[in-house]
Amino acid sequence: MSLQPAVDAGATSAPASFELARRRGKRSAAWRRRRLVLVLMSPWIVGFSVFFGYPLVTSVYLSFTHYDLLSSPRWVGTANYSYLFHGDPQVGAAVRNTLWFIAIAVPLQVLFAFGIALMLARARRGVGIFRTIFYLPALAPPVAATLGFVYILNPATGPVNSLLGHLGVQGPLWFQDPHWSKPSLVALSLWGVGNTMVIFLAAVLDVPRQLYESAELDGAGIWSRLRWVTLPSISPVILFAVVFGVIQGLQYFTQAYVAAGVASGQASQAADVTAGNLGYPQDSTLFYPVLLYQHGFTDFQMGYASSMAVLLLVISFAVTLVIVVNSRKWVYRAGR
Amino acid sequence: MRRIAIGCVLLAVTLPLTGCFGSGGSKKSSKSSSSKPVTLTAWVGWSAGTHELKAFKSLVDEYNKSHPATQVKVVGDINDTKIVAAIRSGTAPDIVSSFNSYNVGNYCGSGSWIDLTPYLKKDHIDINGFPPATRYYTQYGGKRCALPLLADTYGLYYNKTLFAKAGITSPPKTISELTADAKKLTQRSSNGAIKVAGIDPLIGFYENVPERWGTSFGVKWLTPDGKSDLSKDPAWTKMMTWHKSLVDWYGYSKLTRFQAGLGDEFSASNAFEAGKVAMNLDGEWRVAFIADEHPELKYGTAPMPVDDAHPELYGSGYINGTIIGIPKGGKHQDQAWQVVKYLTTNPTFLAKFSNLIRNVPTTKASLNSPVIKPDPNFATFLKIFGNSHSSTSPIMASGQAYTNLVQNFMTKYQAGSVHNLAAGLAKLDRQLDAQVKQAGGGSAGVP
Repeated sequence: MSLQPAVDAGATSAPASFELARRRGKRSAAWRRRRLVLVLMSPWIVGFSVFFGYPLVTSVYLSFTHYDLLSSPRWVGTANYSYLFHGDPQVGAAVRNTLWFIAIAVPLQVLFAFGIALMLARARRGVGIFRTIFYLPALAPPVAATLGFVYILNPATGPVNSLLGHLGVQGPLWFQDPHWSKPSLVALSLWGVGNTMVIFLAAVLDVPRQLYESAELDGAGIWSRLRWVTLPSISPVILFAVVFGVIQGLQYFTQAYVAAGVASGQASQAADVTAGNLGYPQDSTLFYPVLLYQHGFTDFQMGYASSMAVLLLVISFAVTLVIVVNSRKWVYRAGR
Repeated sequence: MRRIAIGCVLLAVTLPLTGCFGSGGSKKSSKSSSSKPVTLTAWVGWSAGTHELKAFKSLVDEYNKSHPATQVKVVGDINDTKIVAAIRSGTAPDIVSSFNSYNVGNYCGSGSWIDLTPYLKKDHIDINGFPPATRYYTQYGGKRCALPLLADTYGLYYNKTLFAKAGITSPPKTISELTADAKKLTQRSSNGAIKVAGIDPLIGFYENVPERWGTSFGVKWLTPDGKSDLSKDPAWTKMMTWHKSLVDWYGYSKLTRFQAGLGDEFSASNAFEAGKVAMNLDGEWRVAFIADEHPELKYGTAPMPVDDAHPELYGSGYINGTIIGIPKGGKHQDQAWQVVKYLTTNPTFLAKFSNLIRNVPTTKASLNSPVIKPDPNFATFLKIFGNSHSSTSPIMASGQAYTNLVQNFMTKYQAGSVHNLAAGLAKLDRQLDAQVKQAGGGSAGVP
């Protein structure tokens, strides 16, 4: 090629210019297409940058500052992170509570939702009514649902303990006892598991009938069919439920906040927000996001709260990554 | 640029004293339009459902009538989170008030509530007209960004009917008398459940927080250089040990179960008003709540009983209170100051407001005002307020998080989760110091 550049150039000059024009045309068409895509995507891009990108970047910046929300942020380097890892006396309890909740509540939620979905899939009559009844709690606003649970489980005046009292059993202190407060919150989360249950139900109903039929011909019983047909078929949904549950667990806030405030008996002081009751009783409901809220919005230490938020983001990302990577071993993908 | 200048000149000719002249213009315009009243908004913490907000509004209406040039609009149910959010977004009202004097460090330190010193100087107001504790919790770092608007002191409420039944003739004056009386007054059902508690010593119950019990033992919070001193000061150990011993006498879980069945603090089913606790640590405002909700209740008030080894402390109590100030950036700061001055220094207003909500008036003149209606139950709190041993808790850079950490520790100790009190307190000292350092410095010298 390099030996005959002139000849080549002369021989191909006309097709080359044509080629060039064609390429230009292609490029401008591609550019137009890209521009169109950008225009069509712009609402999302704007929303994403304003409501996600900007706050994320700002949080990372604020995590390296001392910021009381009223004065301008002052750069403090990694002081917030070193307090987070070495100084904050409550962060250990908050992390332990959050991990406890994820370890106990998420598997139970998945089992519970899956169990109900299996039963609903087998129901012959009144299918619509049962589905509605089991889904209904998911529609209750979290604050109202929590208030209801704290009322029902009040150890002195609540119906559950008076019923237990009639049976000769002294009921536990529920939300007032550090050993029972988290199990009470788990019960609340299981009661409202409707959303996950609906997804499981759709997946269970979607398992091809012929798979069950052929398994039955091979002599598979109920358990074998569940283990070798249903579970592999719905494994992507289990993965979704686990990831979703873990992320929700990491961000668990509203129910814990309301329950602690009401159970401690101080929530009636609407105008007097004190952080004294967060985590009641004895820090047992002090989840990581509750502590983050306390530092940011009642102690007015937004710089420090931002460092907690950044750590939460990193952990959420890492945990999700681990689950998704691991899932390749057990999640069945159609066509592979 | 030239066009803008010409525009301004033209505007200046036609519309004198408008925005082109910068910030000075707005001040002049507010003065020049004296015929039209200036409307100011005042945010306060009193809740909409209570007699307290109604009382404040009625007295502000009197101000509005006597000061036609300024009209004050009152908004209730405000807390510190709302105040901070409004200041940040530039939508703060002209006047703000908070129940939470713990956060004065934030407001003064950041300059988000303006320093009132120049106004006080200009109007020749002697700051010593406010009692010492209230002077302390309305300033931080050399800036006085707030003034007290009535104060709260805490004492012992006791149910005279239950006292008579138990054969007790006078309120306890020492901790050992309190312990004996509490045990005598407690009623249990056949299965051991508490029906009536002599007193509920659980920290976190209603007004039970460490700082309000601390005055009974004369606790000291800080070393002279501003470090936490809880483990070295024996009074803290004494106080916590006593609380724990009384909790253990009831049985922690029995007491918790009993407490869960009690009514809301700020409702007619309040445990003291309902006769479920025979004695209770509470603020002076309860006098008005009882008059409003349970006028039939036979009760008395007294200073909190004190450590047997320190009888000289008897008569003292914990003091904190409502603070009021002016957020930065307001358009009518001069007028807002006139209102704040009236609300915090006018003896008749303070006395009338004190009569209505039975909080303690916060100037020396109003404390002695003839307008104050005599009431023996309320007079107890006026005496506590004037006692030289009465005190408040330290204003620290970390705000309320400071006392919350102590409360948190004490709650765990009462429940039996702290096995070594001395080691626990030493650790708590380190945690408190670290918290203050993290929040950006503290302040020494609590009065």
